[in-house]
Amino acid sequence: MPLLWLFLLVLAIALAAFVLARSRVLAMSGQDRRTLHSLPNYYGSNAAMKSAIPALLVLVVWLIAQPFYVNSVVSDAIPDSAIADTSSRSLLLAEVRRAADGIDLAVSAGAMTEAEARDPDADVETMTATLTEAGAIVTSQITQSVLSAAQQFRVLNDTGYRIMTIAVLLIAAAGAFWGIKETRPDFRARNVVEQGIRVLLIAAASIAILTTLGIVLSLVFNTVEFFRLYPASDFFFGTNWAPSFSGRGGASDLGILPLLWGTFYISIVALVVAVPVGLFSAIYLSEYASPKVRAFAKPMLEVLAGIPTIVYGLFALLTVGPLLVSVFGDEGLGWMQAGTAVMTAGLVMGIMLIPFVSSLSDDIINAVPQAMRDGSYGLGATQSETIRQVVLPAALPGIVGAILLAASRAIGETMIVVLGAGAAARLSLNPFDAMTTVTAKIVSQLTGDSDFASPEALVAFALGMTLFVITLGLNVFALYIVRKYREQYE
Amino acid sequence: MTNASMDSAPMKGSLTTVDARTKKRNAAEKRFRLYGIVAILIGLFFLVVLAVSILRSGIPAFTQAEVRLEFTMTQEQFDDAESQLLKTKAYQDLFIAALQSELEAKGLDVEFDGEAIERLLGKTGSTIREYFKENPDQIGTPVTFNLAASSRVDGYFKGRVSRDTLVDSRFLEVSDLDLVDALADAGIIVQAFNWNFITGSDSGVDNPGGAGIGVSVIGSFFMMLVVLALSLPIGVAASIYLEEFAPQNWFTDLIEVNISNLAAVPSIVFGILGLAVFIQFMHLPQSAPLVGGLVLTLMTLPTIIISTRASLKAVPPSIREAALGVGASKMQTVFHHVLPLAAPGILTGTIIGLAQALGETAPLLLIGMVGFIARAYPEGVVSGFIDPNSAMPAQIYTWAARADAGFYEKAWGGIIILLIFLLTMNLIAIILRRRFERRW
Repeated sequence: MPLLWLFLLVLAIALAAFVLARSRVLAMSGQDRRTLHSLPNYYGSNAAMKSAIPALLVLVVWLIAQPFYVNSVVSDAIPDSAIADTSSRSLLLAEVRRAADGIDLAVSAGAMTEAEARDPDADVETMTATLTEAGAIVTSQITQSVLSAAQQFRVLNDTGYRIMTIAVLLIAAAGAFWGIKETRPDFRARNVVEQGIRVLLIAAASIAILTTLGIVLSLVFNTVEFFRLYPASDFFFGTNWAPSFSGRGGASDLGILPLLWGTFYISIVALVVAVPVGLFSAIYLSEYASPKVRAFAKPMLEVLAGIPTIVYGLFALLTVGPLLVSVFGDEGLGWMQAGTAVMTAGLVMGIMLIPFVSSLSDDIINAVPQAMRDGSYGLGATQSETIRQVVLPAALPGIVGAILLAASRAIGETMIVVLGAGAAARLSLNPFDAMTTVTAKIVSQLTGDSDFASPEALVAFALGMTLFVITLGLNVFALYIVRKYREQYE
Repeated sequence: MTNASMDSAPMKGSLTTVDARTKKRNAAEKRFRLYGIVAILIGLFFLVVLAVSILRSGIPAFTQAEVRLEFTMTQEQFDDAESQLLKTKAYQDLFIAALQSELEAKGLDVEFDGEAIERLLGKTGSTIREYFKENPDQIGTPVTFNLAASSRVDGYFKGRVSRDTLVDSRFLEVSDLDLVDALADAGIIVQAFNWNFITGSDSGVDNPGGAGIGVSVIGSFFMMLVVLALSLPIGVAASIYLEEFAPQNWFTDLIEVNISNLAAVPSIVFGILGLAVFIQFMHLPQSAPLVGGLVLTLMTLPTIIISTRASLKAVPPSIREAALGVGASKMQTVFHHVLPLAAPGILTGTIIGLAQALGETAPLLLIGMVGFIARAYPEGVVSGFIDPNSAMPAQIYTWAARADAGFYEKAWGGIIILLIFLLTMNLIAIILRRRFERRW
C-alpha cells in the first residue's frame, strides 16, 4: 500500500528532523546547556512538527479533493450521447470507476501490461475478455466511451497521486529544513511547540462540531434530493407506506405518518413499562434501601443498560414474542397474530429503559437536600408522605427531563424494533398488531443498497432527518425544563 | 395562639393505641415501600429471565452432534474405488459397509441406504476421498473420522426437531430417526464441542450447522483497533483542551453543546452519516471494518470525552499549582502531571466506550457490514481493515433474521460470545478502577 509507505516516509523525515535539530542546538550550545532557551527536545520537536504536520495536512486534503477533480474532468469528457442508454451520468461514472478498478486488477494480476491498459486504440471486446478473465467485476460489455473514460480516469489518478507524493515529500523536507534552520540557542522553541500542540488540541475538540456538521449536511443534501423526486407534502401527510422495490417502475407511497405512529406507539408502551418501574426503583434505592441492598441492586439494574440492543432484539423476537402469542394469540385471547408486535417491542424496550430512568432519577432524588426531608419529618409526616409531597415535587423537573431523555432514546432505538416490531406499516390502535418505525424503515431502505438515485433509497435520509430533528428537539426541551425549573439550593 | 389548640376538644385515646387514621397512614407507608421493592424485583426478574433465556438457548450452539467412526481403508479398496466411474459413491459404499459392520458388532440391526446417510451426514464419500488423497500414507491404518451431522439431526438431539413435528423432506425423513436412535445407542453419534462455531465463517442460508462466528470476531477486532487508535487520542486531546485551556467564549460553548447533543443522537443517524460521508462522498470501500471503525469512533467520542473530562476534573488543583509554582509551563503541567494522574480514569472510560461500540449494530448494517459477507478470514493486516467483513452483532442480526430455526440457536450462541467479550472488557475496567483509582 503506497499510501502507508508515504505516511511512514513523512514520519521518517520528521524523525530525522528531530534528531538533526536536537544535535544541532546541542552542538551550538557547546558545553553549557544553560544558554539554551528551551530543553533540547523542544528544538527537535519543533523541527519534527514543522515537517510532519503541514505535509500530512496536504496529504489528507489532496486525498479528499482529487476524486472530485478527476470525476468532474472525466464526467465532462463523456459525451452526452453515451449517457442516453444508461439513464444517468452518475451511474455511468460508477461504471467507469468499476472498469478502471478492473483494469488495475488485471494489471496487478499480470493479465495486461501497463502499456496495453493505456492503449487508446484498445479493442473493446478483447479488453472486456481480458478483464473478465482476470476476475474483475465488469458489466458484460464495456462501451467505447466507458473504456476511454476509464483509461482517462486511470491516467489522471495516476498523475495525481504521483504529484501528490512529490508535493508531500517536498513539503515535509522543506518543513524539516526550515525547522532545523531556525534552531539556535536563543530560539524560543518551547513556546512554538506548545502553540502547535494547542492548535492540535483545538482541532481535536472541533471534531465534535465537524461531526454534527457532517450529520446535518449529509441529511440535508440527500433530503433535498429526495424532495426533488417526491413531493414533500405527500411525505409528511401521506398515510400509506408502500415502497416499490428498488425503483423498478411503479409509484411508491412514502407517507411518514404510519411510521411515526408506530414509533410513538412503541415508545409510549416502553415508557409505560419503564417509568413506573424505574421511578419506584429509584425512590426505593435512594430513600429506603440499606447500603447493602443498594450496593447490590443498583449495579444489577445497571447491567440492563450495558447489554447491547441486539441482545434485546433477539430476546423480543425469540422469547417475549412467542410468550405473548401463547397468551394473547389465537390459542389464548385471540388478539395477536404473530410474535412481532408493538407490545413485544415496547415491552422489551421498556426493560432496556428501566436503568436509564432509574439511575437518572436516583441522581436527582439524591440531590434534594436532606434539610427538606428533615423539615417534613419534623412536622410529623411519614417517610412516604415526605417523598410524595416534598421530595418528588422538588425533583420533578429533573424527573421529567429524565423521562424525556428516555423517550428520545426509545424513539431512536433501532435493533429492538427491527427484530421485534414487524415490518408492516399500519395505522392501528391494537397494541398487538405488528407495526413499524422510522428507524426500522431506515435500515430496510438502506441495507445493501449502494445506489442513491431512487426515491426509495433517498427516503431513508428524509426519515433520518425527521428522526434527528425529533430526538434533538426532545433533548433540548429536556435540558430546558431541567434548567428552567430547577430549584436552586445552597 | 395557645388558646386555639386548648379550645378544641382534647384528643381521645392515648398514644399507645393506634387510631384509625394513623393505621391508614402506616398502611400507605407500607404500600409505598412495597411498590419500591416490587419495582426492583421486576427489574431483577427481567435480568434473570434474560440471562436464563440466553444461556438456555445459546449453550446448545457450542455442541454439535457428530458421527465418530473408525475406518480402515485398504490399498485394494482405494485402487478399486479410484478406478470406478462414480468415485465418491464407491467411497460412500465403503463407509456404509463399515458403519453396518460397526452396528452389527454392537448387536443392532437397522436398515438404511446411501440416501439416508446423505441426509444425515451430507457427502461422506467426497470427505473420505479427499482425506485419503491428501494422506496416502494413512491407507491401511485405522483412521477415526468425525463427521458433523446435519442440522436437523443435531436439532433432534437438542429437542428442536421431534418425531411428531418432522415432515419428510429431502433434508430428513421420519424413518431416518430410527437409524439416528440406533447410532446414538451404539455410541457412534456423540455430542462434541463445536469448534467450527467459534472459528468458522458464516454459511449459506440452508446450512445452519456450518455457521461460525470466527470471521466476524476478527472483523470486530479490526474495527475496535480503529476505534481505539482514533478515539483515545482525539478524545483525550479534546478533553484536555476543554478542561484545561478553553477560554470562556462562544466557540467553547459551541463545542460543549455539540458534544452533549452528539451523545444523545440515535446510533442509526451515525450510520447514515457514515454512509453519506465515508462511502458516498469519500468512496471508501463498502462493508470495510475501517469504515465501521470510523463511524463507531464518532459515536464513542462523546462518551470518552465526558469520562475523560470527569477524571481530569478529579485531579486536585493543588497538583497544577505546585507544578506551575516550580516553573513548569501550563502545557508541561498538564502533560507531565495532570494527565498521568488521570490516566487510570481515562483508560477505564475508554474501555467502557469500546465495549459500547462493540455491541453496536444499527450503523454497521447501513454501511454494509451485514453477516453474510463474513465468508473468509482476511489475508493480512491491511486486508483486515479494508476487505469486506462483518462484526459480531451484525452477524447475530443476520442469523436472527433468517427463516431457518437452526440459526436462532447460533444467534443465541453468538450473543454468549459477544457478552463474554463485553464482560471481560468491563471486568478489566472495574479492576483498573479498583487498582489505580486515587482519592484526594
